[in-house]
Amino acid sequence: MKSFSSRYIGLGLLFVLLAAFPLVAPLFGLDFYVGFVRRVLVVALAAASLNFILGFGGMVALGHAGFIGMGAYTVVALSDAGVMSAWVMWPLAMLIAGIVAALIGTVALRTRGVYFIMTTLAFAQMLYFVVVSLRRYGGDDGYTLMSRPTLLPGLDLGNESNFYWVVLVIVTLALWWLQRATQARFGHALMGIRDNETRMRALGYPVFRLQLAAFTIAGAIAGLAGALLAGGNGFVSPATMHWTQSATLLVMVVIGGLGRSWGGPVGAVVWLVLEEVLKQQTEHWHMPLGLLLIAVALWAPKGLAALYKRRLPLTPALSPEGRGSKA
Amino acid sequence: MSGILVLEQLLNGLGYGLMLFLLAAGLTLVFGIMDVLNLAHGSLFMSGAYVAAEAHTRTGSFTAAIVIAVAVTVVVALLLEVLLMRRLYTRDHLAQVLATFGVILVADDIVKMAWGPSPVMAATPAALSGPIELVEGLPYPAYRLVILAGGLLVALALYLLVNHTRIGMRVRAGASDRPMAELMGVRVGRIFNGVFLLGAALAALAGALMGPIVAVQVGMGEAILIPALVVLVIGGIGSVRGAFVAALLVGVVDTIGRAFVPMLLRATLPPATAADLGPLFAEVAMYALMVVVLIFRPSGLFSARA
Repeated sequence: MKSFSSRYIGLGLLFVLLAAFPLVAPLFGLDFYVGFVRRVLVVALAAASLNFILGFGGMVALGHAGFIGMGAYTVVALSDAGVMSAWVMWPLAMLIAGIVAALIGTVALRTRGVYFIMTTLAFAQMLYFVVVSLRRYGGDDGYTLMSRPTLLPGLDLGNESNFYWVVLVIVTLALWWLQRATQARFGHALMGIRDNETRMRALGYPVFRLQLAAFTIAGAIAGLAGALLAGGNGFVSPATMHWTQSATLLVMVVIGGLGRSWGGPVGAVVWLVLEEVLKQQTEHWHMPLGLLLIAVALWAPKGLAALYKRRLPLTPALSPEGRGSKA
Repeated sequence: MSGILVLEQLLNGLGYGLMLFLLAAGLTLVFGIMDVLNLAHGSLFMSGAYVAAEAHTRTGSFTAAIVIAVAVTVVVALLLEVLLMRRLYTRDHLAQVLATFGVILVADDIVKMAWGPSPVMAATPAALSGPIELVEGLPYPAYRLVILAGGLLVALALYLLVNHTRIGMRVRAGASDRPMAELMGVRVGRIFNGVFLLGAALAALAGALMGPIVAVQVGMGEAILIPALVVLVIGGIGSVRGAFVAALLVGVVDTIGRAFVPMLLRATLPPATAADLGPLFAEVAMYALMVVVLIFRPSGLFSARA
């Protein structure tokens, strides 16, 4: 079994490789893929935030794209009002997505099972139709942002590489923070609720408040992802918030591995890379993806991260064999 | 606003509601009995619409088209059940969502390969293309009346089957308490196969009937799936009566949101605001209804498992 520190070396190496990508890519004529990798990073963050409530919290929410959209449309609204500072845009995107998530969670968490799935979906659909009706922000056609946000004087985010690095740093920090949260008492309480809600309630845990807090955090981080997507693409449309986008995020998390620390990112990378590759091969790229989904559901229900995890338990709380071996 | 207009819109709402019921009935029974969430139910609806449109063009007979559409879709559903659904019974909802979402992707691509990406024309049968004067001053499309009558007839037949026959009793028993029903000697697995195929037939019928009034296109299954799921949740899972009440409720509320709220807004608000808010209310009405119902009854109006 690998030691604790070798894991950090591996992650450090991954970070260095990702950071070097915009410098190396032009040498191989891969400039186009800088934007692609940036998008994958952001979607990986969104998937990780969904995994936080879905995998660790056991809340099957089918409206996550709604929060991504709230973040993206916060950026649209600010940009329309002439505010371009990322220091305003990104925190405000998180705040608004978080508030919306808290409100939705307050209602949705009263229900269980499929009723919860459907309530979260219903709210996301309502948000979708709200932005469709906002003609000031382009309605159905979407909204083209004037320019990239500004972060620091002298740092031009219009430059593809610069924006990539900023995104890389933010995504890394956010993923690290999420990982910390799942391993803290809060995360363990959340997993406890997932596994046995009645018992946790009997032990005196404020189940509803903990779930609501997790739901709000996940919403806020999805909002940040939405803001980063909007800034990067320079274009936002209601399609970002369509329910199939929520379903795709769900699919990514399940493919990657529910409740695995790398489940969200792994799923996002696998899904988006496959999509990109298949799109270049065939017009009918949905079918192989669909078949893959069916195969994963039938034969790898715990996701791809689980195949790897079998030999290397990372979070002691999730695997009995990992308990106590990490000290 | 005249009474005639209200009546006309109400009829439209009922027609839409009845079609939703045809979809939701299969969905709610499958979900109630086997606890299987089948997102691909909308794809069966799409199959019904496409096959009917194609068969109608080829045979020239609308009745034949409906029969062929239902038959073909039932065969497709049989394949789906044998190849996939069987393996999903014991899995959690998430695996079911994943696999049946995969089926949606595959089904959409198959349809795209067979009929191309652009919408297909589904003709209204010639004999029914004219209007019929229902009451004085209300000419109503004959085809929509057929949909209303057909939907009501099927709903009634289904109601009798589920509530007043021995088979229906077993179905209800399986839906409300599966282990107990099995202990009492009901072969729930076999009942389920029948219900799954019946659900597919109803979905195909809805698709074939709706074809001429909606666009027959790739993705039409997903578009109708969500309202059908809303009906399922409002009605309470596993209850056919709940699905019926909820479907009519959603049909009418949706129509009110689409036809009357914008009218009301135009009368009370500045034109620009009304033009912005009108479509919003139209789309959101159904979801708002669901949320309100769930706030007061977290497991739907008539949940079979309440």
